[in-house]
Amino acid sequence: MTLLGTFALWATALVSLWGAVVAFSGQWQTRPELRTSLTHAVYASLGLLLTAAFCLWQVLAAHDFNVEYVSAYTSRNLPPYFLISAFWAGQKGSLLLWAVVLALFAALAQWLTAKRHADLLPWVAGITSATLLFFVLVMLVSANPFERMAFTPDDGRGLNPQLQHPAMIIHPPMLYLGYISATIPFAFAMAAMLTGRLDTGWIHAIRKWTLVSWLFLSIGITLGMWWAYVELGWGGYWGWDPVENASFLPWLTMTAFLHSVMIQEKRGMLKRWNLTLIVITFLLTIFGTFLTRSGVIASVHSFTQSPVGWWFLGFLFVAAVWSFTLLYTRWPELEPEAELESMVSRESAFLFNNLLLVGIAFSVLWGTLFPILSEAVQGTKITVGPPFFNKVNGPLGLLLLALTGIGPLIAWRKASPANIRRQFYVPGGVFAVTFLALFALGLRELAVVMCLSLAAFVFATVAQEFARGTRARMRMYHEGWGVALANLIARNRRRYGGYLVHVGILTYFVAFAGAAFRVDRQVSLRPGESAEVKSPYGWTYRFTHLGVSQYDALNRVVSAASVDVTRDGKSLGRLVSEKRQHVDAFKRPTFNPSTEVGLMTGLREDVYIVFESAVGSTDQANYRFTINPLVGWVWIAGCILTLGGLIAMWPGSGIGPKGAGLAPAAQGGYAASLAGAGREG
Amino acid sequence: MKAGHKFLIGAVVIVGAVSFLMFEGVRQTGVYFLTPTELQQKTTADTTFYDVGVKVGAKVVPGTIVRSADHRRIDFRISDGTTEYPVTYTGTVPDTFTDANDIEVVVEGRLQKDGVLHASDVLAKCGSRYESVPQQRA
Repeated sequence: MTLLGTFALWATALVSLWGAVVAFSGQWQTRPELRTSLTHAVYASLGLLLTAAFCLWQVLAAHDFNVEYVSAYTSRNLPPYFLISAFWAGQKGSLLLWAVVLALFAALAQWLTAKRHADLLPWVAGITSATLLFFVLVMLVSANPFERMAFTPDDGRGLNPQLQHPAMIIHPPMLYLGYISATIPFAFAMAAMLTGRLDTGWIHAIRKWTLVSWLFLSIGITLGMWWAYVELGWGGYWGWDPVENASFLPWLTMTAFLHSVMIQEKRGMLKRWNLTLIVITFLLTIFGTFLTRSGVIASVHSFTQSPVGWWFLGFLFVAAVWSFTLLYTRWPELEPEAELESMVSRESAFLFNNLLLVGIAFSVLWGTLFPILSEAVQGTKITVGPPFFNKVNGPLGLLLLALTGIGPLIAWRKASPANIRRQFYVPGGVFAVTFLALFALGLRELAVVMCLSLAAFVFATVAQEFARGTRARMRMYHEGWGVALANLIARNRRRYGGYLVHVGILTYFVAFAGAAFRVDRQVSLRPGESAEVKSPYGWTYRFTHLGVSQYDALNRVVSAASVDVTRDGKSLGRLVSEKRQHVDAFKRPTFNPSTEVGLMTGLREDVYIVFESAVGSTDQANYRFTINPLVGWVWIAGCILTLGGLIAMWPGSGIGPKGAGLAPAAQGGYAASLAGAGREG
Repeated sequence: MKAGHKFLIGAVVIVGAVSFLMFEGVRQTGVYFLTPTELQQKTTADTTFYDVGVKVGAKVVPGTIVRSADHRRIDFRISDGTTEYPVTYTGTVPDTFTDANDIEVVVEGRLQKDGVLHASDVLAKCGSRYESVPQQRA
């Protein structure tokens, strides 16, 4: 199996080399058989890499510990479903996953748009093949997952306990799907520049693909938050860790692109800016990979230092030089077709949104790289942590949230005072009422009050849009409101899907605001003793320590500490937090002990308990009790955003015969309004 | 005034605001990241370099971890091979923080005049968080 796997990798390298060479030689322009061969090369790479992936799963499932990767990430007693995540638990396997996904997207791009973008696809094939070649070579030269060892251990080291969580089965693939699919819009953008066909056709392809990447990345990031929250045990879900930042950066630039592309479609402006955003997004994904795999930045998620990182730096450099040179040569052909007409217009709202998103991205990048930068400039390493990111991104995020509400309502070109009155009368009122109500309730933290009031404002703008559209349909087609609403969404998917995404974003903001009210208490309890924690809603939680029990599970020895939880005297049940010592099949300990949190989730707040340590070998336990308000809304926000994203990207024009005459706004399909918002955590 | 110019003013304001926030952010929250030897050099060169927020990256000296009776307070020593500092910390340490060999830690806190590093946070990094080397067992 390892032989077959390695062979498949080498074959992929050859096939993608062929693809890249043929594409960039340009010979296919005169020889149709080469053109066909290019497409076949892309499909063949996918087939070969799927074979390699199958081989890796086979050796993992067979517990072939002679294979270095298998013995490093699995053990005989690892629950079978975690064999799936063992595939991408380490550097080598995750590179293989990367390659498989890239090949999959490359093939999909060839297959799905075979007719529409026939003139661009050979170049796209060339660019995806070249990228694939890079990844496969990295694997073959310094990270082959099929490498065998000189000896066979009797058992493997097992999977890191922190990766033994269901989120880890889907989080990395989702993130990778988002990360890697950014290659496709990049390839289309480059292809458009190579062919010089800079009309609107290519922008369509890029927009769709970016939306796909963006959606996967959003899901991946949210799942990552969930994993961090339930598995890392510090009570939060976003710590501005370099790896988190690495996934957040391309998300920001993609979000910026999804907005500014609307200006290009509508007004023919910002072509240069849009292409630059696409290029930067792709470079950021490679850069993020470099950051996390080279060990240049200390991170809790880092893979160990390895030469693989430097490969990525080299690739990043080549890709950057190449794509910016190409952009430079096409610069004169990317003249804007129109000029900004008014400051009070949707164009300008989107421009500011773009500036903010890129500004946030820049500050996040700056903060992440600051240790390296300060060492290079000053000779001393200075680090910045979460306080820096929150300080910088808090105000910027709030501004962005405000624009999320303003942008979609304001008219194109030049908004008249009448337009502004009509659009902002109700939402503005909602904002003022919420603000005063929160103030009256005793909230004095301006950032929190602003965040919640702005969220209410954005919600009101979206509700108003839905209500107006539905009412218009009810009048024109005499539909009931349910049918009218459904038709409204179905016929303007991009626009109303986009609005739903906005609702998701504002929900994230509401959840982030909740973090300001977190309550934390550390206590040491003997059995029978209890501790009280006051929640921000005024309730009193009482935790009574019941004792610590010890037992053996499949692949671990567990110490479980239990508490009885009551709220204002009413019993809520029992929570258990565990300390786990993972062991291999011969009961030898593997890894350091890990902690499982005890969690009670609610819409208003989560009760989050951590068994930190036992005192000596007694039944006394050290606990940390955390009341986490509104955390549950992060996951709800993720669901809303996903639903909105799916609606917006659903295939088809979204404009049926009935909808065609509906409202002028529905035509041209410009309003997907996928605004984003910055601050996470 | 043309809309383009007005927008430019707005853009300058935003860029200015971002730069200002970043500058202030670094000034207010930036923390030195030093090795024990570098920390010692700093304090020798500048005798007021105490009670300043620092992060010190070093290894735990094996066998020096002393826990208080309720396991809340932990005292230990860190070293980079040449310079050693005692650390005192009250709070939670990660699961990876042990007395074993080669445990790398990042101690965030303030060095006081008594020469003890009063930590506000202790991060333990084991070089192989996700990556691991197969143990050679007979």
